[in-house]
Amino acid sequence: MKLSNDQMIEMYRTMMKIRKFETKAMDLFAKGSIPGFVHLYLGEEAVATGVCANLNDDDYITSTHRGHGHIVAKGGDLKFMMAELFGKETGYCKGKGGSMHIADATKGILGANGIVGAGHNIAAGAGLSIAYRGTEQVCVCFFGDASTNQGTFHESLNLASVWKLPVVFVCENNLYGISLSQSKHQAIKDISDRAVAYNMPGITVDGNDVFAVYEAAEEAIKRARAGQGPTLIECKTYRHRGHFEGDPGAYKPKEEVEEWMAKDPIPRYEAFLLENEILTKKELDKVVASVDDAIKEAIDFADNSNYPALESVVEDIYTDLKEEVRVR
Amino acid sequence: MRNMTYGEAIREGLRIKMKEDDSVFIFGEDVGQFGGCFGVTAGLLDEFGERRVRDTPISEGVIVGCAVGASATGLKPVAELMFIDFLTVGMDQLVNQAAKMRFMFGGKITLPMVVRLPAGAGVQAAAQHSQSLEAWITHVPGLKVVYPSTPQDALGLMLSAIEDDNPVMFIEHKLLYAMSGEVDDVVKPIPIGSADVKREGKDITVVATGKMVHDALEAAEVLAKDGIELEVIDPRSLYPLDKNTLYASVKKTHKVLVITEENKRGGYGGELSAMISEELFDDLDAPIVRIGALDTPIPFSPQLESYVIPNAMDIVNAIKKML
Repeated sequence: MKLSNDQMIEMYRTMMKIRKFETKAMDLFAKGSIPGFVHLYLGEEAVATGVCANLNDDDYITSTHRGHGHIVAKGGDLKFMMAELFGKETGYCKGKGGSMHIADATKGILGANGIVGAGHNIAAGAGLSIAYRGTEQVCVCFFGDASTNQGTFHESLNLASVWKLPVVFVCENNLYGISLSQSKHQAIKDISDRAVAYNMPGITVDGNDVFAVYEAAEEAIKRARAGQGPTLIECKTYRHRGHFEGDPGAYKPKEEVEEWMAKDPIPRYEAFLLENEILTKKELDKVVASVDDAIKEAIDFADNSNYPALESVVEDIYTDLKEEVRVR
Repeated sequence: MRNMTYGEAIREGLRIKMKEDDSVFIFGEDVGQFGGCFGVTAGLLDEFGERRVRDTPISEGVIVGCAVGASATGLKPVAELMFIDFLTVGMDQLVNQAAKMRFMFGGKITLPMVVRLPAGAGVQAAAQHSQSLEAWITHVPGLKVVYPSTPQDALGLMLSAIEDDNPVMFIEHKLLYAMSGEVDDVVKPIPIGSADVKREGKDITVVATGKMVHDALEAAEVLAKDGIELEVIDPRSLYPLDKNTLYASVKKTHKVLVITEENKRGGYGGELSAMISEELFDDLDAPIVRIGALDTPIPFSPQLESYVIPNAMDIVNAIKKML
């Protein structure tokens, strides 16, 4: 792992972007500006950041219902993201998808996904496509601990391994499937153990240490690009909030929350950057201020955008067919 | 004109597109070395190699999911589910992913994928290998559904299905695979959404799909001897539906019988009937009659199976009551 100062600063910027975007989304949801369900990535920033720092624009990712962090880290535009959260026509999905369904084909983002475990098989398909076309791209599949109990997890790891597809499976083990703790939803502690069943490398890393994540992803991505097949990386992390906004997370023991808040990836990374003089405090504050500006710009953009025209709902179902607009 | 079977016609459609376009490839359970459960893909592995003809594990979720992922990233996959009944195991990937992604993503993703779905009863394969599940998939916005009944239609529709930029469900009837028919020497795609008048007649419109088209034609022969002329319409494409051809026939005959092989409750035939009633009520001289299988799982014993599935005599009897 060789990272330049600029790269390390860029990773800090990405983590802050996610942190600030999500914190604002939390406030705006509470205020009623964001309808529907919002699942925040707060606390897990080091995972998306450490993995995506290894990816190019033409690499693919599949994401989850808790997808904002992945999209920011893969280069998603904050303005279009925020507008989509608001349900506006300028959003990534023209207001048809919302928080759980943001995609950006130009950045290889094959979509956040509202079905737990659905991204695994799509990632295998993207991996198959890469192998078929013979390029050096890679597809990273992000998913949570609970999705590893779905059949799709096993189907896709099996296929990716037997066909040596360039897919990196990144499990964000945040210790809960909605309200159910990992110890109650599976009889293993380290999800990376499951790699053995598919004869692929499996590794568990500290998901709140952005360098540990970066390093594991770097190695796995290198293998994938070289045609050596998939890897399962488990990143142990913690979601700071409930499953969705509005879930107070009463099922999380107080001591556990305290323990993990002390391991918050962002202050940890800040301390590293300052101690190693990668940045001065002043420079760090400047990065934070520029992120604040970008978030403010995104909110203004979303606020000032229009809601989609009702007629637009019959568009984009097919490439060439449009349903009739009905007057009931 | 040349003669080929329905199964050969599907294979010919696959071959033509695979030769034309390197991004077209096929995969599914036993489609390669084994040649497909019904022999439809026989010889394609030898002709195109393992890169383009892939045997998959028995893993329907990832078969459909791979089609989604591969089509979203620039390829034109043709996936085969050995039996339409196995859709249940790949249903999330089809209904929540393939059908909805383009819409959810605001039109920013294109999924040119085909899923081949061998359907229907008549081979004593019992309840889990004999169903007609067209109602499930035509119900889902985002999917196109075609159901050819002849070799010519199978070939022409396969060309269109592979060319289409949307997920197309290609239903094939197992009993038709061995059926021969004439096919044009110059092969042309049949547009999705175009119905075909399989027999002209002035008295009653019979709308039939899949194998039931042949039962309807058989019934028409029988009734012709009594001077009753059935007009047999095969929608060929269940969604989008060619209402023009269908409605022109209804306006001519003023009487309609709808026959599908699916069990009747909640079926696609009900949707056709309701649509015609809603939109052409004033043109109808009699209530629409709907025939389907009994509302039972498909039984194994040949006697029970043929009792459950509708046939030409059911059409003849129903038509006589309509007159």
